[in-house]
Amino acid sequence: MKIGYGHMGTLTMVVELLLEELGHEPVVPHRPTRQTLALGAKYAPEFACIPFKIVLGTYLECLERGADTLLSGGGYGPCRAGMYGEVHGRILRDLGYNPQVIFLFPPLIKPYHFFKKVSLLKGRCSWFHLARAIRKAWTKLTFLDQMELLSQTKRPRELTRGATSKAFERGLTYLHQAKSLNEIIEAGHAALAELDQVPVDPAADPLKVGIIGEIYVQLEPFANHYIEETLGHLGVEVRRSIYLTSYTRHDVLSTKGDMSSRSLAMPYLNQKIGGHGQNSVGDVIRYAKLGYNGVVQLAPFSCIPEIVAKSLMPYLSKKYGIPVLTLFIDEQTGPTGIQTRLEAFVDLMEQRRAQTREGARMQTGSAV
Amino acid sequence: MGMPRALFYYTYYPLWKAFVEALGAEAVSSGPTNKETLDAGIRETVNDACIPIKLYHGHVLDLKDRVDYLFVPRLVSPGGSYTYCPKFLGLPDMIRHAGMELPPLIDTRLNLRGLPGGLNRFLRATAAALDFRNPFTQARAMRHALKQYALYQELLLGGLHPQRVFEALERGASLEELKGEALAAPPDRPAEEGLRVALLGYPYIVFDPFVSADVYHRLKHMGAAVLTTEQVPASAMRRMSRVLPQNCFWHYSNRVCWAALYYIERKAVDGIIHLTAYACGPDAMVDKILELEAKKAKLPYLTLTIDEHTGTGGVQTRIEAFVDMLQARQEKRLKEAAS
Repeated sequence: MKIGYGHMGTLTMVVELLLEELGHEPVVPHRPTRQTLALGAKYAPEFACIPFKIVLGTYLECLERGADTLLSGGGYGPCRAGMYGEVHGRILRDLGYNPQVIFLFPPLIKPYHFFKKVSLLKGRCSWFHLARAIRKAWTKLTFLDQMELLSQTKRPRELTRGATSKAFERGLTYLHQAKSLNEIIEAGHAALAELDQVPVDPAADPLKVGIIGEIYVQLEPFANHYIEETLGHLGVEVRRSIYLTSYTRHDVLSTKGDMSSRSLAMPYLNQKIGGHGQNSVGDVIRYAKLGYNGVVQLAPFSCIPEIVAKSLMPYLSKKYGIPVLTLFIDEQTGPTGIQTRLEAFVDLMEQRRAQTREGARMQTGSAV
Repeated sequence: MGMPRALFYYTYYPLWKAFVEALGAEAVSSGPTNKETLDAGIRETVNDACIPIKLYHGHVLDLKDRVDYLFVPRLVSPGGSYTYCPKFLGLPDMIRHAGMELPPLIDTRLNLRGLPGGLNRFLRATAAALDFRNPFTQARAMRHALKQYALYQELLLGGLHPQRVFEALERGASLEELKGEALAAPPDRPAEEGLRVALLGYPYIVFDPFVSADVYHRLKHMGAAVLTTEQVPASAMRRMSRVLPQNCFWHYSNRVCWAALYYIERKAVDGIIHLTAYACGPDAMVDKILELEAKKAKLPYLTLTIDEHTGTGGVQTRIEAFVDMLQARQEKRLKEAAS
């Protein structure tokens, strides 16, 4: 099968590896561009969220390049993403394409459905071969997450602006070329070493910001207008609430979700509301307790769970004393608008930090 | 106990009112939606929320100084694998943290998934929250309320507008009296006699005359018979739930899809109007599904999106044009049939 799929950050490379291992011909999606989004927005319902539109645009591009099957996945309600396979399929059929759509639901919620779809993907390969492929993919994913974490730490401290991003890109090409398990491990270490060699300013004292919100706009840099890079260059060390390995553990291979943040959210939102709504509430509290300087909530425009979460933000922000910036993203959002708001937010956090430090110094002074 | 006149009010009000009154408390509704309710709601609500949620906040504000308790239940699941919209799931939390000065909230959880008897447990929990703990009183109130609820559903099935029922209830009339009116409403007429339009959408939009610009009655004045989701029998809904390859997750959205499929299958309507709120999450999916199904059945289809700024003029023009087009189609068909 020639399989096309959506582009979502570093996951793209891992899916490519898996499909190749299973003997398929992956039609690897290009990084989304404004054309991709325009194409998707043209055929998508007006109020579908931006992940829907970007992915639809990517599918259309993949189909033009000869894909006959589309692979995707999502939760089983109440977030809309679980409907996307069905609705994408309908829209594409209406446009005259006839792709086979393989949409994976979480294995523990729809076990039989999942088994059937995996068997379909597996084709004639043995289960042992599948297990080996998954092991390779997991190793790659682990390295990619480590690289992201390291680059997030390095970027606000780098001496030459953009050096970290360049090293990160080089690391990605190393990992992309690695096919066997040994090669992957070697390439992963080489990529990490490459990032490690980026010269840093030892005296730098970056602000710390947690990025929370919906998964697609967190993970796909095109969707969030390269917010990690932008914040990094403004001298901010970012951490995301979602990394792919932890996401797989908490949300794919379990039905519970990330209990560390969900249990924090319980006193304020005692109900799973789909997507990452409850996580967003819990993550704000978690980052406040960890002493972060601020939180950026990312969500696609009209995302229901994140709107519910946002309605609690003013209260939480006041109660836990942490500034929260909510960015709702749609196809009209421009990079300049985001840049301006982030700059203002960074200024605000810097002032707050200076004030609290001043206050602390005064207090110790008067105590003496 | 105060009940805001928004969202699930249109589905459950007679049930809750009968229950609360049989217990010995008083049920107070907020007034009908008007400009003030809407403006107050817009002020209090997070700006990305949809208009029905903003209205709910507005109705809460309208009630808050007149009642001892506010009834803001958390509707989780109507049974099966379905849920309500995530905003319904988080509604009590949104209301609580919106920064309004409020009387105590009663936020009982309605979850009909899993063990049977969920509705009974929900009602008992509500009674307990109001401090009516006598199980016999509870049981009696429950029996009475469920009877009223069945009657209400029957009236809706007969094509009665919920506002008519609410007015009667406020007058103190019993639902029995309205029964004649419901039956007098025309049942399925053959297609040759006048136009029939399916007006599909969530009951809290379709039946709210202010926010929907009263599309329902406008259509009636133009001489069209209006069919809504409430006129589809429950058995038909169940049958339609097996038609689509994948249903939606949300109760009200499913009802819209299934009603559309039902009317399409029965060839019961000449056109479909989908009434939706601006930036409604589930409706983005529902609208596309309906559009493609209507296209397949070669039925005219109109999406009417309403928001805070919808003017009655714009709505009037659009439905007039739609009805004119339907009439032209019907005349052409009749002419062809005659020749």
